Formats: sequence, C-alpha cells, structure tokens
Amino acid sequence: MAGRSEQLLRPARVRTIVASFALALFLNFLPWPDLRFVPDFVALVLAFWCVRQPHLVGLGVAWALGLVVDAGNGVLLGQHALAYSLLAFLSIWLSRRILWFGPILQAAHVAVVLVVAQTLVLLVRLAAGDSFPGWALYVSPLAAAVLWPMVTWLLLLPQRRLEREQTI
Amino acid sequence: MEHSPPPFFKRGPAPLVRLFFFASLSLALLVIDARFRYAEGLRNALAIVAYPLQRAATAPIDFLGAVGAYLSTQAQLVEDNAALRAKALALSQDAQRYQAAEAEAAQLRRLIGAAERIPVKTLPAELLYAGRDPYSHKVFIDRGSQHGIKPGSPVADEAGVVGQVTRVHPLISEVTLLTDRDQAIPVQVVRSGLRAVAFGSGPSGMVELRFMAADAEIQNGDRLVTSGIDGTYPPGLPVATVVRIERDAELSFVRVVSRPAAGVDRGRFVLVLSDESARPARPEETVPGKDRRKDKSRHPRSKGKDGDGR
Repeated sequence: MAGRSEQLLRPARVRTIVASFALALFLNFLPWPDLRFVPDFVALVLAFWCVRQPHLVGLGVAWALGLVVDAGNGVLLGQHALAYSLLAFLSIWLSRRILWFGPILQAAHVAVVLVVAQTLVLLVRLAAGDSFPGWALYVSPLAAAVLWPMVTWLLLLPQRRLEREQTI
Repeated sequence: MEHSPPPFFKRGPAPLVRLFFFASLSLALLVIDARFRYAEGLRNALAIVAYPLQRAATAPIDFLGAVGAYLSTQAQLVEDNAALRAKALALSQDAQRYQAAEAEAAQLRRLIGAAERIPVKTLPAELLYAGRDPYSHKVFIDRGSQHGIKPGSPVADEAGVVGQVTRVHPLISEVTLLTDRDQAIPVQVVRSGLRAVAFGSGPSGMVELRFMAADAEIQNGDRLVTSGIDGTYPPGLPVATVVRIERDAELSFVRVVSRPAAGVDRGRFVLVLSDESARPARPEETVPGKDRRKDKSRHPRSKGKDGDGR
C-alpha cells in the first residue's frame, strides 16, 4: 500500500500518535498574530494519521479533538468537531489513493480535503449569523498542505528502521 | 508490513454511517450551544483539558520577554526611569485636581440627592492569546472565576475600554473585544452630550454608530466615552474617536465610523473592572389591564428597547 520507493516501516505506536496530537494542539494555541494565515496543525496531523493508520485514528478521535479545539478557542461548540469528522472521513476514504502518489501530489489531495473542511466551518459560521471574514481564510488550509511533505517526514521518523536493521 | 489484519476484514460500522452519526452529534451540539447555551458545563470541562497546553504555548513568549527584560541595558533603564518620573509628576498633578473635582462632584450629587458613585474595583490581568476564530474578535485573559471574575465585567487598558468578559472558566476568561460584530456599548459624545450605542464592525477593527439621525450633532474627531447608562460600564471611560461620517442621500440615517481609543488588538495587560454598586433592578414593564397572557411578548420588546439607544 505504500509508495514505490518507500522503505519498510515499523508499526505506528499509540504513544507517537498521542504525542503528535498534543504537539499539534500546542502549536495551534501559540499566540499567533493573524490566525487566518496560520495552518491548522491539528487538522493536518489528523489527516496524516487518518491516511496512514485508518484503523487506529478515525472519526471518533477526530470528533473528540474537534471539541477540544472548539473549547480551547472559545468558538461555537461543535463546529470543528463537525469539520474534523468530515476531514477524517475524506482522508480515510482517499487514503489508499493518496498513498499511491509522491509527496507533492499527496499534498495536493490533502489541500482539497482541508479546503473542504474549512468551507464546512465557514458555512456553519455563516449559518450562525457571522459575516464572511475574507478570502484570506483559505490561506490557512493551503499553507497546511505545503507543510504536508515535512510533516510526513517528521511523523514517520519514529517508525523508520535503522539501515543496519533493514539488511538483516 | 502491518501487524494487524488487513483493514477490509475488520471495519466496524460502515464509514458513511459513522460520518452520519458524528455529523448529527456535532449539529445537535451546535444548535444546543448557539440557541440554548446548555453546553457550558461541557465547555468548562474541555477548557480545563486544553488549559495546560494553552499555558505551555504562551510560556516561550513569556520566557523570551523575561530574557529581553534581563538583558535590557542600564542606559535604557535610566532613560525609562527619567521618562516615568516625568510622567508620574504630570499625573500626580492631574490626580490632585481629580480628587478635588471628585469631592466637589460628590458634594453636588449629595445636594441634588443622586446616588453616590461607588468606586470601581480593578483587577489586572494578562492577555494569554487571541482566539483562533477569524469570525469573531475575542481574546483570553489569565484570570477566571477562581480570581473573582464575573461574566459581563467591562475590561479596559490604560487608554480606554477594550471589551467585556463574556465567558468565565475557572482559570481563564474570554473577553469579547469592542470590535466584535455582536458587541454593543452605550456611548456619549463628549462635545455635545449626544447618547448612542456603538457596535463593533468586524474585520475592519473599527466601531460604528448605526442609524444616527442625519442631523445628529457629531463631527470628525469627536471623542466617544461610555455613558454608564446600561449599568455595566462605568461612565466616562474613553471608547473611540470619530474618523469618518458616511452620509447616504437615499437613507435618512448616517453611519459614524470611529477608531477605538484602547489598544484593542495590541498590548498585553488589561484591567478587569468590577462595579460593586447594587443598582436597582430595571422596573418590570407594566402590562396594561393586568393582562397576564401577554407574558410571552415581553422578551422581544425589552430587547428592542436596548437597541434604540438607552
């Protein structure tokens, strides 16, 4: 299921997944100056694990994370939960297709998924009576997609085997 | 390569069913939170989960600030000291005059039998971070119900009103800024005494007075202060300065755009004001003819009254 030139990986550990989500939440809560240009790290890491480990990280995890993000940011409870559920669903649905491509095309697929999730949040807020905050809103998912190759490399690091181990 | 059975043997409920389940759960929560505000308990619990991460996220910035303060040169400290001394001198003069004026005002108030004004208590707080929500203008401060913060308290900095506490968690509180679209504040024009209600105007970072009469006594550069009529904000705090007046020939209203006086989107320290004065409750609206059936229509009417400038 992995890409053509990919080496064999160890199975992912739950510890790694939990730590990566904690780190993503931490990055989200940093005091950023303008939040529309900052990628949503939680969404990105969630998409990553849904693509790589669809039977470990699924819609339930996505929903719970969405609630924590909603409460932490003080927004309408459930808007990120809804968006992350859809994000997880799309990522799992596309996971085999995404893994077939190289890093750049993977990022393109993820960009589409993230933009769809962002649009869902936008629709929820418009329905709740807020005004449209400008197209700069879509900088965030696109910036997140640009980070995809780096995130892939970083999060697969704990699963890489040493060269010596592989030759055995 | 994986040590578990292939995913197509072990699936649980179909993914689409799960999506439907979680989506309806989210939608139900959204409606409950937006319409009825029943989800506050859940929100508090989740906020406590997120708190350590939020605190950790602001720690590096605090640390950098501390390092910067430690490394500030002596020359700079001497300079700052001199500037602050000069400022303190100027302010002490003002304070003396203020005391005299306050005593005089209290005496006059006693003369006319008005209620004495009770001093406002202030509680300093530090901004933790801005909300990650581009749709609203909110910030979080590091004081919560443990420190005695109550929802509805006004928040100000050294230049003027910043906003109002809208949600209180045990350790942090959420402050809605003046510039938020849903935030309204009763103001008064210093020059003419004209009363109005200022609303936030969203992304532009301004506040505006909507639906002013075309001949309203207001001009560019007028200062707006809180009128204190609502009983929430103490009177006389600077709110904004008028920068633009939009007159529309077709409508009989003008829109007055003003720039907030306080550093609404800058600065790190704010004061939470708590007004301890016990105000008499707003008198119940009398229903003509003792007709109790009209109870239902009372709520929307009182809302409409808030909007038209009281």
